Parts: sequence; structure tokens; C-alpha cells
Amino acid sequence: MDLGDTIRNSQIWKSIFRHPMPVDRRNRIVVMLTNFFLHLHPVSIKKQGIALSYTWCMGGVTFFLFLAETVTGVLLMFYYRPTLEWAYQDILALRDVTTLGILRELHRWGAHGMVITVWLHMYRVFLTGSYKPPREFNWVVGVILLLLTLLLSFTGYLLPWDQLAIWAITVGAGMARATPLLGYEGPGAQLLQLGGIPMITNASDARFGLLGARFVGEETLNRFYILHCIAIPLAVALLIAIHFWRVRKDGGISGPL
Amino acid sequence: MHTNVAEFLEDISGFLGSYYLTLGIMNALAALYLWKQRGKGALALLWLVVGMVYVILSPLAMSGSAAAVPQLPEGLRNFIDANTGPVIYSVGTTAILVILYLFRAFFVRPVVAWSILNLSLLYMGLSMADPEFAAIVTKPDNVPIVALVFLLGFFTWLATSKAVENDRRAEEGLPPQEKEDNEKVLVWPDLVYTELICMLALTAILLLWGIGLKAPLEEPASSVKTPNPSKAPWYFLGLQEMLVYFDPWYAGVVLPSLIVVGLMAVPYIDFNRKGNGYYTISERPFSYLMFQFGFLELWITLIILGTFLRGPNWNFFGPYEIWDTHKVLALNNVDLSQYFWEGLLGRGMPKASPGAPTFTALGYILLRELPGILVLGMYFLLLPPLMATTIFRGFFVKMGFVRYMVLANLLLFMASLPIKMVLRWSFNLKYIVSVPEYFLNF
Ligand code: HEM
Repeated sequence: MDLGDTIRNSQIWKSIFRHPMPVDRRNRIVVMLTNFFLHLHPVSIKKQGIALSYTWCMGGVTFFLFLAETVTGVLLMFYYRPTLEWAYQDILALRDVTTLGILRELHRWGAHGMVITVWLHMYRVFLTGSYKPPREFNWVVGVILLLLTLLLSFTGYLLPWDQLAIWAITVGAGMARATPLLGYEGPGAQLLQLGGIPMITNASDARFGLLGARFVGEETLNRFYILHCIAIPLAVALLIAIHFWRVRKDGGISGPL
Repeated sequence: MHTNVAEFLEDISGFLGSYYLTLGIMNALAALYLWKQRGKGALALLWLVVGMVYVILSPLAMSGSAAAVPQLPEGLRNFIDANTGPVIYSVGTTAILVILYLFRAFFVRPVVAWSILNLSLLYMGLSMADPEFAAIVTKPDNVPIVALVFLLGFFTWLATSKAVENDRRAEEGLPPQEKEDNEKVLVWPDLVYTELICMLALTAILLLWGIGLKAPLEEPASSVKTPNPSKAPWYFLGLQEMLVYFDPWYAGVVLPSLIVVGLMAVPYIDFNRKGNGYYTISERPFSYLMFQFGFLELWITLIILGTFLRGPNWNFFGPYEIWDTHKVLALNNVDLSQYFWEGLLGRGMPKASPGAPTFTALGYILLRELPGILVLGMYFLLLPPLMATTIFRGFFVKMGFVRYMVLANLLLFMASLPIKMVLRWSFNLKYIVSVPEYFLNF
């Protein structure tokens, strides 16, 4: 008996994988049903549903990038402190001294990549008419995921705390000041007064809520850090779970009836 | 920024050399692929020759000397710079999309598509030898957009060729191609292995990308030094470009919200049951065209415009033009109310006397903006019923009142952008309704 067989026959191995190697039909089915990571998938699938030329694998690529972002992101958190004093310094260190500085590149390009692939995924879903019944709701879940993907990218953009970062966020988040009724430069905001005192000022409007201050400052950094590292990823993870669940429940990948 | 052209060419020569070499190999592989198929020898020869041309260009580019590096003639570059602007750009890209759509059966043919790919890659290469062009395109955060453009081109080609094929089959009474693949296969190994290979390939790509291109890091943040231009992250630049035509409340808040709402509404307003689960165009031309126009023209091309062609003060710059902070463009945009009262009636704008009570002042504002309010009222209130009884009659009957109204309004909001663009370009129209007193400009 060679080493491989010894390992595969050990109690430890067998406690993890509850079946022999998936080399025959029966065990190829069993593996799909008993493995946690694989049970996302059905056991068998229509050939056209896995044709790369049909799905472009773009949903899958987006998911992969999300996972890659999670891993590199967690690792980056070990090196980064979201304060005015340290944020820029820590990024500088990642560039110049940290051995695993490439994590930052992986994380940044992965984020850009994810924005691109999520658009391409939506493009494919539209072009194959896959949002049509019974998949309407999963398309809606998808749109929310698209929005959250952009917000993830946007909140992350601030964290390096360089000129590129704060001005991009200043321009982007600045739009909120013009929110109708709720922004202090938005149409109708002047109408919201309480006994002659304006309710919507630059210290109480939508932009203030977003930035935590009147300008992009330390409060903003803190806010965006928490949104970027905790709140939005959790929401995305939940929605991806629902999204995948619905792909299965709606009858698998779409195809001609 | 590279001021010294010789130095710049020296710097970029390595990249350009390997770029052309890659293109050469790419064409050689295509030739090999065709050679192996019977009866494609002539085509194989064609791409082999093209590949060889690239291989010759490669050392020329590698030399880094101004005389040898292949580049667009200076005159042509100046001509392009002098003759492009937002109008040419937007009208031109729309026209190109229309042509691609109308003659899609021609453009999806592999020879044609491959030629277009070759031409655009060649154009990229030639342009990269221009310092201004290279400076913008190689900004680390802009590189993904270049990738996006080529990926979109590829996938649009792929989807369109499948749709063209399916539509042809439908004419012959055959089911879509996708139907032929109806046989069931086991997920292990067929899908699981594909996924594994994809993950490995992606990891490799990401690592190479990370090694090859450094993430940008500029000077530490300073709230007093405003960069010019100040740009939002690239995926929002389409929205920032809309600020040229609309105020922030509309371009930055209302339109983005409506994009999200509109996308969510798509499955509920598209009542056409055909084209579910396969590529087709002729079975759903309306939804196809609306989506392509919205996505490719109003979203993607605006991002490209905002990223590559908008410089200091958000002025338009040709692709080879120096981003000069002092470039001044005369802005003489006029409000509709001004056109009406001063231009048409030849009198002053209605204005409340200073110190008049709020109510009176409001009345005067209403009067002043009456022309615009009427125009907008007709646009949003009159057009939906009008369209329901004319061009969208069939839709209205099938969709019912609520769905139809949602569709009509979403379309009107979407159309407001190109309409405003055209009005601005042709009449210098600033605002249709302008109530700066209440931040309400439209
Ligand atoms: C974080 C973002 C997203 C992830 C990770 C994701 C992932 C996936 C995956 C893995 C699939 C399986 C088929 C495929 O790969 O194409 C899928 C299908 C689907 N996705 Fe997404 N998706 C995301 C965003 C979106 C968006 C933005 C939309 C649409 C606006 C969308 C709508 C759909 C629909 C309708 C299906 C079913 C398609 C079919 O059955 O052919 N998803 N998604």
C-alpha cells in the first residue's frame, strides 16, 4: 500500500470525507451532496448551463474576486490603522517596507476587477433574458449586489488617505448635499423649517450623515472604514447567499424552455 | 508628466516592444488555428502576414528612438485633438453603435471582428507612443478601464454572434443553439474542474497584475490643496460627466437613484416572454436597444469621456492634447426663461420688487419660469398618454396602466439626458427651469 492509500484509509481522512474518491458515478454524486463547499451546486446540470460561452462565468468570477478581496482585506487590516495619524503612513509602509506589500495591489486590482465583472455579469444576464420569470427577484437581488459592490469600492477608495482618496470622496459624497429636501443645497431644503430655524443645515443634512462631519475628515475615515470592512461585506455575503440559493430554487441556470 | 519626448520614448520602448510582439504571437496563433481547419489556408496566410508586420514593428518600438518608434503622424494627432469635442464624441459613438447594430450580421463574422480587434490594438499601440495619451491611459487607476473596453468589445461580439446565429435559426424554424446542449452532465467533474481551473487562472492574472502595476499612492491628503481636475472614482465618472448638463440634485442624486430603481423594475416591465435563456436580438428588439443605449452609450462611453478626455476644470481635451490648466472655454449658456422673456418678448425678466413678501416673490418666480414649467409639464405629463395612444399603443394594451406608466416615466427620465445634451450643444441652453433661489435648476 502506498502512502496515498494509507492516508485515504486513515480514520482522520475518512472522518472528513465520508466517501471514497469521486472516480465513479456513484461517488461523484455523493461528493456533491456531502461536501459543504460543493453542496451549493446541484448534482447534475444541463450542459449549456455550464458552457463558458453562455454564462461567461462572470457571476462566478465576481464571487471569486469577492472571496479574494475578503482574504486580502483581512490581511491588510493587520497593517492598517484608520486614523489621520497612521492611515497614510501605513499604506506608505505597505508600499515600501512590508514584505507582503503586494497585498495592497491584489486588493486594489481585485476591487476594480470586481466592479468590471459584476457589470459584465449583469450584461450577460440581460442579454440572455435570464431576468425573465421565474428569475425576476434574483435580478433584483443582483441589482442590490451591484450597488453594494460599488459602495464597497467607493468606501475603500478613501482609506489610503492620499490626495486621490480624499478628493474623489469629496466629489462623490459631495453630491449628497444636493439631495432634494435632505441636502442643505438641495431643492426644497429651505422649506423644512421649525419655527423659523432651518432644520437642514450643513451640519445636519444627508452629506453630514454620510461623512460624519462637514468635510471629509477623521470621522469620515472611521465611518468609511467600518462600512468598508464590516457592514457592507456582511450585507454582500448575506445577499450572495440568497442569490445563489435563488439560482438553484429558480430552476438552475436559465436556458431555452 | 513627461516633458522630454526622447526620454519618454526610452521609458515606454520596453512596453511597446513586448506589446507588438504579443500581437504578433496572437496573430500567429490565430493563423495556426485556421491552418488546422480545412479550407482556411488563405485566411491563415493573411493573419500570418499581419503577425509578421507586428513582429517587425516590435524591434522598431523597442529601439526607443523617435525616428523608429511607430506612431501616428503628428498632423493626424493634432487634427484629432482639434476636431473632437463632447458633441463629436457622443454623436460619433452613438452613430458607431447604430451602425454596429444595423449591420451586426456583417460585424460578427470572425474575420471582420478579428480585423477590428487588430486595428484597435494597433491604434492603441500607435497612440501609446504619444506622451499625453500614455500619461492618462497608464495612470494605474485608469488601466482597468482600458481592460473594461476590450472586455466589453469581446463579450458584445460573443453575445451578438450567438444572437445572430439564433435569429437565423429561428427564421429557419430551428430552436436556439442553446437547446441543442440539453443533455445533463454531472457537476463533478464537469463544472467543479472548470471552476478550479478558472480560480487558478484568476489567481495567476491577479498576481501578475499586482506585480506589473503598482497601486497608486499620491501625496498625503490635504484639505487645502484641491487637485484640478478633482475626479470621483472611475466607475462614477459617467455621473460626474452628467454634471455638465444637470445640477447635482438631478445628476448626482435623482438620476442614480432612478438607474437603480429602473434596473430593478426591468423584469417587471418587460412583458415579452420570448428570449428567456438564450441569446437573441430580433425576438426582443425594444428591450435590447434600450438596454444597450443605456448601458453602452449613457454609462460606459460617458465613463470613458470623463476619465480620458476631461481635464482641468472639467474641460474637454483631445486624446493627445496637453492638460493645460489655463485652457479657458467661453461659457455663454442661457436659461430658457431668459430666451423667452428677453429674447422672444424683448422685455425684462419678471422680478418681485425687493422686500416683497415671500408669497409674492414666489409668484414672480413661477411667472418667470412659466415657459420651462410648461415644457416640463408637457414632457412628463402629456407625453406618456400621448405615447400610449400612438407609438406605444401595443405596449399600453398589454402592460396595463401602472406598468406602462412606470416604463414611460423611466424612459422619459433616461431620455432627459441625451435631450439636454443636444439642447445644450445646439442652443447653449443652460436650464429649462431655473430657480436658483431654491436650488431648483433643471
Ligand atoms: C456580487 C455580485 C454578484 C455575484 C457574486 C453573483 C453571482 C452569480 C452567480 C455565480 C450566478 C450563476 C450563473 C453565472 O455565473 O452567471 C449568478 C446568476 C444570476 N445573477 Fe448574479 N451575481 C452578482 C450580481 C448580480 C447582478 C448585478 C445581477 C443583475 C442585475 C445578477 C443577476 C443574476 C441572475 C438573474 C442570475 C440567474 C442567471 C441565470 O439563471 O442564467 N447578479 N449570479
